[in-house]
Amino acid sequence: MLKKRIIPCLDIKDGRTVKGVNFLSIKDAGDPISLAKRYVAEGADELVFLDITASIEKRKTLLGLVEQIAAEINIPFTVGGGINSLEDADALIQAGADKVSVNSSAVKRPELIRELAKNYGSQAVVVAIDSKQIEGEWKVVIHGGRTATEWNTLLWAQEVEKLGAGEILLTSMESDGTKDGFALEITNAVSQQVNIPVIASGGAGKKEHFKSIFQDSKASAALAASVFHFGEIQIPELKSYLKTQNIPVR
Amino acid sequence: MIAIIKYNAGNVRSVQNALNRLGYESVLTNDSDEIRKCEKVIFPGVGEASSAMNYLKERELGQLIPSLKQPVLGICLGLQLMCSSSEEANTNCLGIFDTVVKKFPSTELVPQMGWNNFERLEGDLFRGIELNDDVYFIHSYYATLCDDTIAQSNYGLPFSAALQKENFYATQFHPEKSARIGEVILKNFLAL
Repeated sequence: MLKKRIIPCLDIKDGRTVKGVNFLSIKDAGDPISLAKRYVAEGADELVFLDITASIEKRKTLLGLVEQIAAEINIPFTVGGGINSLEDADALIQAGADKVSVNSSAVKRPELIRELAKNYGSQAVVVAIDSKQIEGEWKVVIHGGRTATEWNTLLWAQEVEKLGAGEILLTSMESDGTKDGFALEITNAVSQQVNIPVIASGGAGKKEHFKSIFQDSKASAALAASVFHFGEIQIPELKSYLKTQNIPVR
Repeated sequence: MIAIIKYNAGNVRSVQNALNRLGYESVLTNDSDEIRKCEKVIFPGVGEASSAMNYLKERELGQLIPSLKQPVLGICLGLQLMCSSSEEANTNCLGIFDTVVKKFPSTELVPQMGWNNFERLEGDLFRGIELNDDVYFIHSYYATLCDDTIAQSNYGLPFSAALQKENFYATQFHPEKSARIGEVILKNFLAL
């Protein structure tokens, strides 16, 4: 039986792991390689690295880091952040990333998704969708939540599937960093709408939140950052808990 | 020396990284003579079947691979290309395994992405592995069950998680990305 996946996310800035609250304040959370290795040892099912480094010259640091991660860890990992072209994605895949994740750049130029899927296969293409309720409608937002778009979240999810995305990483901007739980309603709506896996993200604060996202939505995976980085939830303990709740995990 | 067949199908370096972690030297190559001389050959791959087959045919690898005598391990797309044909762009494949590759029905999420266990296992490749051990799959197409099936998993329907015929082995899952269990399977292959 296919298992539900638990995915720690490492936000990377200038080669270090950081985690903001509501995408604003930034706290240092340590060396990405040692964190990544700790998560693998603890039974993480995949890892996601999101690069939030702004400047272009620092992107070289990221490529070196990706090479190191690929050499040292034995589970799949996704790299996202600042991928605007096929060339950007290619550098990361050549460095050893199993999947790349695109977000704002795909909203600006949806063809990018098709190009990535054609070159690397859908399985390597994750489309990250940041979503926020605006006047009662779930809308896609970009630039870390600062810019609203015209896209309705469900329609955009359908569109990215059509363009060849292999997976959707859905973040509720209202839940992110709150530790009040995943956004069930929108996660459920998106996962009903598409026939590709959906990773729920944003809002994990306790073990019960993982149980409810898997019980009450079709999400295939749940992603979290700070609760893992700061040891508030231990992955082995989370997985044994989910097993007692009859949720299939590795 | 282990040869990893180099072609236009995705991230073949992750296999080399995995062999490095296990302490094995390997060479990424598409040179027939070099491949023929190696003790073991790994045929990895992710991506699309027809363009991968075209590339293999253009470079004599299409004739070379089925003629190899040493243990060969196909991984993921590698497994699918070793079957007789694939529904993906109606591709004729290498025909090592007498089975066809089909697309998963849309009653399941496609691709199958993540960790899945086994319903049946046999042979040396799986020494020390149990039915409830999980390995990492990421694929939209699957090889149907046949006489060469040595591991069976289920995703809406039963499919070949691994195949073997004589010196040819293949896994649909990625042992190089399957944590400790994947390392045991790779070591079993390397010890053949």
